[in-house]
Amino acid sequence: MGMKSREESRLDPMMTRPNDRVLDLRGGSSASRIALFGGIYNNYLALNAVLDDAVRAGAETVFFLGDAGGFGPHPDRSIEILRDRDIVSMQGNYDDSVGNGLDDCQCGYVDPRDNHYAQISYDYTFANTSQHHRDWLRELPTSIRLNLGSHRLLLAHGSPRRVNEFLWETTTSEPFIERLLDEQRADLVCVTHTGIPWQRRLATDPNRGVLNVGAIGRPANDGSLSVWYALVSIDESGDLRSELRSVAYDTERLAAEMRNEGLPDEFVETIETGWWTTCLEILPAKERAAGRF
Amino acid sequence: MSRKATGGSPTEPAKPRPVSSHKHRGPALDFIGLDVLWLQITGTVCNIACRHCFITCGPKNFNHPFMDRDQVLTTLEAAKDSGVKEYYFTGGEPFMHPDLLFFIERTLEQGPLSILTNALLIDTITAGRLFELSQASEYSLDIRVSLDGTTAEENDPIRGKGTFQEILVGAANLLRAGLNPVFTVTTVHAQYEGGDGRTLFMEELRQRGFPRPRVKFIPPFHLGREAQRSGEYEESFRLSPGDLFPGEEEVLQCGSCRTVTANGVYPCPILIEEDGARMAGSLEASFGSIELNHPACATCHVEGFSCRT
Ligand code: SF4
Ligand code: SF4
Repeated sequence: MGMKSREESRLDPMMTRPNDRVLDLRGGSSASRIALFGGIYNNYLALNAVLDDAVRAGAETVFFLGDAGGFGPHPDRSIEILRDRDIVSMQGNYDDSVGNGLDDCQCGYVDPRDNHYAQISYDYTFANTSQHHRDWLRELPTSIRLNLGSHRLLLAHGSPRRVNEFLWETTTSEPFIERLLDEQRADLVCVTHTGIPWQRRLATDPNRGVLNVGAIGRPANDGSLSVWYALVSIDESGDLRSELRSVAYDTERLAAEMRNEGLPDEFVETIETGWWTTCLEILPAKERAAGRF
Repeated sequence: MSRKATGGSPTEPAKPRPVSSHKHRGPALDFIGLDVLWLQITGTVCNIACRHCFITCGPKNFNHPFMDRDQVLTTLEAAKDSGVKEYYFTGGEPFMHPDLLFFIERTLEQGPLSILTNALLIDTITAGRLFELSQASEYSLDIRVSLDGTTAEENDPIRGKGTFQEILVGAANLLRAGLNPVFTVTTVHAQYEGGDGRTLFMEELRQRGFPRPRVKFIPPFHLGREAQRSGEYEESFRLSPGDLFPGEEEVLQCGSCRTVTANGVYPCPILIEEDGARMAGSLEASFGSIELNHPACATCHVEGFSCRT
């Protein structure tokens, strides 16, 4: 496909990248309660727990915001669950890399130590993902648009602008959120890439904002072993509700399997303690101060 | 909130604005919107005069004077209207400004803030006040402390006699108050380049009482006093049309930042003393694509470098 000039792209924010693939569900969905999760990082045990919880919570459709691989064991298992259970899935930077056979995960780290550990998980994930699953990852949409009632939702991995943009709670200003929503013609932008959940609505319009659903592959650097995902629904008055939910799963089994696969002790420690031991240098001041390392 | 100006408007001027007055033609860089705003709070005025300063900051350099209250508040208002995501205060030395704490408080009401400092003026009282301001905000306050080496022998010839010890005292005041600073290191000492150098630097900081060190490495820019120390850029360094890769506006900070000083608006904090770099008198008027025709742009391009945290 030919490269679009930036001037052309600006006229249609959905085409900010030459190979954007937008899954447009705006005409087809009548759901009033959906579940959103991201960052499986091969944690198929947490994936099953989250999907079960979403069913119990009454989610009519479940969306996966990308990054099936990384960090944990047995990459194929998560992808099989996603495909078997008909989860509406989109592509994260990891899936783009694995699907297209790239050299690294494109996570966007800047620190050599962070990149060292990222490369270990990427090499493991790439080597252990079957070719037919890589093909599936390669073709996933890069963003999803849908309506919930009258509200326009835009699902992206990092941000609608860039797959690996970090939208942290304490470094994403409210005026920026408003600009992003206006530029993208959306009311709620849902993302996952940072792996730590948060949400912020505009003071001027509580039906508009950003929802970062966190990640289900590893804990949120909060000392708890649970992982996070989100439910979004419409209430009786037609307002948009979103709830971040934490889910427990069998961390002992995951840790044992990670050890059996020879994955780094630092990764296992995170699963067993709830504290991040890697990817620390990208954290803003407040998120870093909230962790142990 | 009104939206007076957003980045990326299709109405922006078609002709890219050169970042220097040199006649060389550089590659055009698109502007994707004002994500990051730098405020040169104390202009070129600094309490020390480092030999590697890429501006010629020092106690007597008033090329860019302190910004006054009015200028800072007007800029913050315009920034809010433009949907700025993150703010940076720099100088010179920002802690020389008598209104700095007020500016910090106001900025943290509308977004996250990083302050670049040499920490020499950060006593225990200031550090405690900074922590309080940080706690009162939903946004992050990051303090970046410049340090050039892990010993006085490495740092002091660059930053001035006795500064190593004083910088560490300021940084320790921050840490004790509850703010873990980011040490900013210009890679003038070859042993701290690359992954191993970084590991070594962090280990030495741990031993000096910073158990969770945060470090950012910055390549030297051959401008200002650093040009006198290590030589100026050669003419051949300038980028030419076609040198940028697609999407580089998302990597180079000037694709989404501007720097405001008391004298006007500039594309980035690196070029504020360079001929022809001033873009406009107001933020909105500075939006639009730029032409990277200054040799320092090659450093950013080659290193994939951004001054942001
Ligand atoms: S490098 Fe920083 S501390 Fe040193 S003279 Fe320049 S502005 Fe001042
Ligand atoms: S010096 Fe760097 S940041 Fe400044 S205009 Fe040139 S490329 Fe952009």
